[in-house]
Amino acid sequence: MLSIKNLHVSVGDKPILKGINLEIKAGEIHAIMGPNGSGKSTLSHVLSGKGGYTVTEGSATYQGKDLLEMAPEIRAREGVFLAFQYPVEIPGVSNIYLLKAALNSIRKHNGQPEVDAMDFLTLVKDKVRLLEMDEKFLYRAVNEGFSGGEKKRNEILQMAILEPKLCIMDETDSGLDIDALKIVSEGVNSLRSPERSFVMVTHYQRLLDYIKPDFVHVLAHGQIVKSGGADLALELEEKGYGWVEEAVA
Amino acid sequence: MNTATASRYAAEYQTIASALPGQNLPWLQALRAQALTEFSAHGFPSPREEEWRYTNVSGIEKKLFSPSISLSIDEVDAEWLKSVQLEDAWVLVLVNGHFSAELSVLDGLPEAVSVMSMADALAKQPGTVEKYLGRAADQSEHSFIAFNTAWFTDGLFVHVPAKQVLDRPIQVLHVVTGVDQMATTRNIIIADALAEVKVIETFISRDGVYAENLSGTGSAISRDGVYAASLPGADAAVGSNNAYLTAAVTEVFVGQNADVTLYKLQSESEKAYHFGGSYIKQARDARFTHHNFAFGGMLARSDIHVDLDHASACELNGLYLGVKRQHIDNHTRINHLKPYAISRELYKGVLDDRARGVFQGRVIVAEDAQKTDSQMNNRNLLLSDDAEVDTKPQLEIYADDVKCGHGVTVGQLDEKSIFYLQSRCVDEETARNMLTFAFANEMVDKIKIKSLHDRVLEQVLARFPQQGVNKEWL
Repeated sequence: MLSIKNLHVSVGDKPILKGINLEIKAGEIHAIMGPNGSGKSTLSHVLSGKGGYTVTEGSATYQGKDLLEMAPEIRAREGVFLAFQYPVEIPGVSNIYLLKAALNSIRKHNGQPEVDAMDFLTLVKDKVRLLEMDEKFLYRAVNEGFSGGEKKRNEILQMAILEPKLCIMDETDSGLDIDALKIVSEGVNSLRSPERSFVMVTHYQRLLDYIKPDFVHVLAHGQIVKSGGADLALELEEKGYGWVEEAVA
Repeated sequence: MNTATASRYAAEYQTIASALPGQNLPWLQALRAQALTEFSAHGFPSPREEEWRYTNVSGIEKKLFSPSISLSIDEVDAEWLKSVQLEDAWVLVLVNGHFSAELSVLDGLPEAVSVMSMADALAKQPGTVEKYLGRAADQSEHSFIAFNTAWFTDGLFVHVPAKQVLDRPIQVLHVVTGVDQMATTRNIIIADALAEVKVIETFISRDGVYAENLSGTGSAISRDGVYAASLPGADAAVGSNNAYLTAAVTEVFVGQNADVTLYKLQSESEKAYHFGGSYIKQARDARFTHHNFAFGGMLARSDIHVDLDHASACELNGLYLGVKRQHIDNHTRINHLKPYAISRELYKGVLDDRARGVFQGRVIVAEDAQKTDSQMNNRNLLLSDDAEVDTKPQLEIYADDVKCGHGVTVGQLDEKSIFYLQSRCVDEETARNMLTFAFANEMVDKIKIKSLHDRVLEQVLARFPQQGVNKEWL
């Protein structure tokens, strides 16, 4: 699905990522953990195509294609989805319009006809129910005036409708109370499939209690300093990040 | 300013003076004479005056625009006119500053309500006109008002008696057809106590900016073609055919607890000069709302001055869209004269190419105006490096127990928002258009008359002809 090799990324002159290697196969869930400032968000931004970063070395190959060469919207149409840490408010553009426009541009990209209006509505209402959202949210401007939890649920709603192949979740757990976290996690778990992969960037181990990862990687000082199974997250929870950071210092 | 030029206008004045309405009214003759003297002394405003610092109208001096002496509707395309008038409104049409009864639609007005041309009002109810004309607009304020007072050929006169609520809006269409013409109208709107009325002032010419799109062709046109669409032919034709001057002054008197909404839709041609002043006096508990859509003109200036009495409320909304080398200046002044009045103001501008926007907003709170509640905001979006905006909000507060705020932003589109949309499959150009349109559309959404809302929306959509920009977003 995604193969990251020796990825170096700078912001201005400052190196942030210093040689990331990561292999993600279809159906796998990878958690990227690490202290603040370790480069976690940079990794998710670079993979989704946000501007302001310079790739100085290395590569990221997505389904055999050079991911880093693609414009952000092409990545999205190819099936890469970024669930934002801070979803952006877009006044004046309705939620349901954006969903439909996004879905149709993916379908167009794949040579499929536009979605039938009735089918679309049924699909959306289905997913809205799954995420225990109020249907009114569909007709409001994207994220405008939503609470933190509502914004995160809205991200998962978009994910559920667009059915991406690679989901990058940036600090999805931050700002969520336990009830909202459970709903969001159920939403994510319902999307798990052998064809879909997840990269979950998180500072908190709590998220992994609800979405069980196959692999856990610890990012520190721009490098993956330790990789392991789900147990590693528990160890981090217990000992903090100090011991892994020291290991590379 | 050189008075020699002013006197060119002044000299020409003698040739038309006898054709102006109100010849038999000594008070009006005296007012016009006084205005002419004032104009002759000062000429058009100069950028040396603080209120005109950013707007140079010397082009009007260089060109000698001529008033049309009488009505001619030969050049008005009836089909096109139909397309710009609202079907659910009473419509009063002024062609080059002269009322056309033939083109107007005034049937079915309630008996007690007066909606007529200014010339008719001067003939039929001169006493009322005398009581109001010049009482809200101060001709010593600047010489455009003096110019208008001396030159006005006609205009709109509306008088709604106490407690009368008009269920349909009144639209006044200011149409200019002539080359190098000027259209000088004086308009008066009076709402007595507890009356309610909505008036739409439309300033337009056949080749007006975005006007073509109103004719219902519905086809998207490129932005460079916005003007060109109606003028097939050489660029030179654009320059010579549609230069004219509009100088309109509207005085509004909102009686006790009355409610007036005034919409101004300015779609002049791209070579036109537009000066439009709206001067509003609100009585106790009166409500006034103004919506100012400034889309057209080469140089367009609007003044909106409001005087607020005890516990009255005003809302001023504005949207200006500038492309190419358009210069659009909006100048507002809100005088809180008495306690407990509320004012709300939001002006938004989108400026592209080499367009220039000016916003000067003043709120003056008199010593006596305790408990004033005032908010003024101006938001600007600059879409090109060469676009410019000069914004100057001013608060002058002489009372000590008030709540006043103001805010200004000048900026580009938010890159975070663009990336968010891109990450949801929207390409960058469409994302930019979506965000720009949404920014402007907030002001369109404030229009309460559906037919008008839809027209203005069409015009704003015409400003974003790129594919993918559509009503579905709303």
